[in-house]
Amino acid sequence: MMLARVATFLEALGARVNGMIVRLGFASRFFWLMLRLSGTSFRRFRLTIREIYFAGVLSLIIIAVSALFVGMVLGLQGYETLVRYGSADAVGTLVALSLTRELGPVVAALLFASRAGSAITAEIGLMKATEQLSAMEMMAVDPIARVAAPRFWGGVISMPLLAALFSAIGIFGGYLIAVQLIGVDEGAFWSQMQGAVDLRQDVANGIIKSVVFGVAVTWIAVFEGYDAVPTAEGVSRATTRTVVTSSLAILALDFVLTAFMFRGS
Amino acid sequence: MMIRKALDLWVGFFVALGAAAILFLALWVASSATLAAADGYEVKANFGNIGGLKVRAPVKSAGVVVGRVADIRFDNESFEAVVTMNIDRRYAFPKDTSAKILTSGLLGEQYIGLAAGGDTVNLKNGDTLKLTQSALVLENLIGQFLYNKAAEGGDKK
Amino acid sequence: MSSANLVEIDDVSFAYSATPVLAGVSAAIPPGKVVAIMGGSGSGKTTLLRLIGGALRPSRGAIRVFGQAVTSARTRELYELRRRMGMLFQFGALFTDLSAFENVAFPMRERTNLPERAIRDLVLMKLQAVGLRGAAELMPQQLSGGMQRRVALARAIALDPMLIMYDEPFAGLDPISLAVIGKLIRDLNDALGAASIIVTHDVHESLQIVDYVYFLSGGRVIAQGTPEEVRRSTMPFVRQFVHAETDGPVPFHYPASDYRATLLAGG
Repeated sequence: MMLARVATFLEALGARVNGMIVRLGFASRFFWLMLRLSGTSFRRFRLTIREIYFAGVLSLIIIAVSALFVGMVLGLQGYETLVRYGSADAVGTLVALSLTRELGPVVAALLFASRAGSAITAEIGLMKATEQLSAMEMMAVDPIARVAAPRFWGGVISMPLLAALFSAIGIFGGYLIAVQLIGVDEGAFWSQMQGAVDLRQDVANGIIKSVVFGVAVTWIAVFEGYDAVPTAEGVSRATTRTVVTSSLAILALDFVLTAFMFRGS
Repeated sequence: MMIRKALDLWVGFFVALGAAAILFLALWVASSATLAAADGYEVKANFGNIGGLKVRAPVKSAGVVVGRVADIRFDNESFEAVVTMNIDRRYAFPKDTSAKILTSGLLGEQYIGLAAGGDTVNLKNGDTLKLTQSALVLENLIGQFLYNKAAEGGDKK
Repeated sequence: MSSANLVEIDDVSFAYSATPVLAGVSAAIPPGKVVAIMGGSGSGKTTLLRLIGGALRPSRGAIRVFGQAVTSARTRELYELRRRMGMLFQFGALFTDLSAFENVAFPMRERTNLPERAIRDLVLMKLQAVGLRGAAELMPQQLSGGMQRRVALARAIALDPMLIMYDEPFAGLDPISLAVIGKLIRDLNDALGAASIIVTHDVHESLQIVDYVYFLSGGRVIAQGTPEEVRRSTMPFVRQFVHAETDGPVPFHYPASDYRATLLAGG
């Protein structure tokens, strides 16, 4: 009896894993199709500009506000800990390195996934449900070239800009708390930071991370919308999947990239 | 069509803002002192022990960064560490300059300190420094301290 | 010979999964005619349209449009074929982020190299033909269902297609809109010299405008004829359909176990 239960469980597990692998394969083919059909996104750049607006510009507020608060908390917490070792001057370094290396790209990507990613999935899913994608196909316009690719490039272009903004505003937030509120020496704040943050090692790596995240998140968002079951419930589940899968992908990729980049020179 | 213009405006604003953020990070936050290899000349130095010295550690003289450590190797014949430094072309050092491995702060990272000698001839690309002092390894220091203490105690008896 | 037909459907079978939706359907659409494909819900009518448009591939059989095989066409050839087809989707399927004008202009902008001035004139002409030139700048959300469908119709004929397909064009419309759409379908077909295929189960409206009817049931064509023949048909299924009878070959009850036995067993 028990054996039968275990057997059915394993069967179901196997079926699910199989399903996931099939989906991954489909998603990969979709990715290559999007890249191949990206010509339209650049020849008619207007389409991509529209997507940069919806993905990037509309995320500005949430990115800016979150960055400010994260930076302020970093400044506060950092000061509390560093002051015990007489190293309060290093709070600038702490804030800057945490943001440029990790928090900037990662948190900005997570916010982007939940705000812009879910919006993209919902939009494409609804277009599928109302047969707009089929209508496009019948008019011999490839929806992947016209709908999917511009959104993909819009996300990839927006992501590093948002991550850089996050880091910059976060550092400013840290500055506000540490220097203006607590009273850490302004000169020490900036000079220690400049001594510790390296252009190639920290800033550039952070930007590279954000580009990778942008590719992953937008790819997932566009694919889930395209693959959604064309009903209200289907679209809702696709949106949820986008946010969950993107978040996990961001964190996993972050680990891999960090291991590569910051391997202790 | 008005909507199009507003869209373009916002996207342009967004891209400008993002570019400004990247510039800010690059110029005001990061150190712009990453030396390009082309601007420097190479000088080698052998050390008995480099301690915790790493590649890209700073090379300082009088406390000012004048170059970076480019390469660290082990010489299997002399059993010494061969450190290659990349010195900024603007700074010329005499041939009898000495190199010491110092620590920034008490427990900070290690760097090479150059003390200029008095020779009239300057170092050229590819030269090797003759005078070097290895890093102070903490364990050796403590061991020496304990040994001295024990020797003192032994003497008193 | 039948090579004069615009569309030839030759013993086509199709299944989405295990259960077949179409099992050996054959039909022909001559040029200049409006043909209705009728049947109950789930009888495969919309699937047939998708097969003709090349969005689906049949598991057996062949479909030829304008003399060319759709079923084995490569992507490029398929896209060329579709340029001469127009399709009106159920509920319109207008692009919600574009205005009515831009929706109609879409196929012109994407598939032709016409200058903007020419496109503007053409779009206004198409909208005039469906009576909505005044609503050109409105967004789809601002239009009623019937008006949305008319804009979608203008979009479907944007490139003067030779074959126009309608997927349930009468579904959910008020009587006035019904009559308007019916009139438009007929007039546009005759004006363009095209052939039209209407998938519908609106018997009253369609019998008034079509030249020929095919009845689908159980995945095959069980009856066909002119509207007059259909009205006078004595076939049980056709009779039930045309005269809207509640029970007949299409049963009222979903297949279930014996009623008395089920009630008694529950006690």
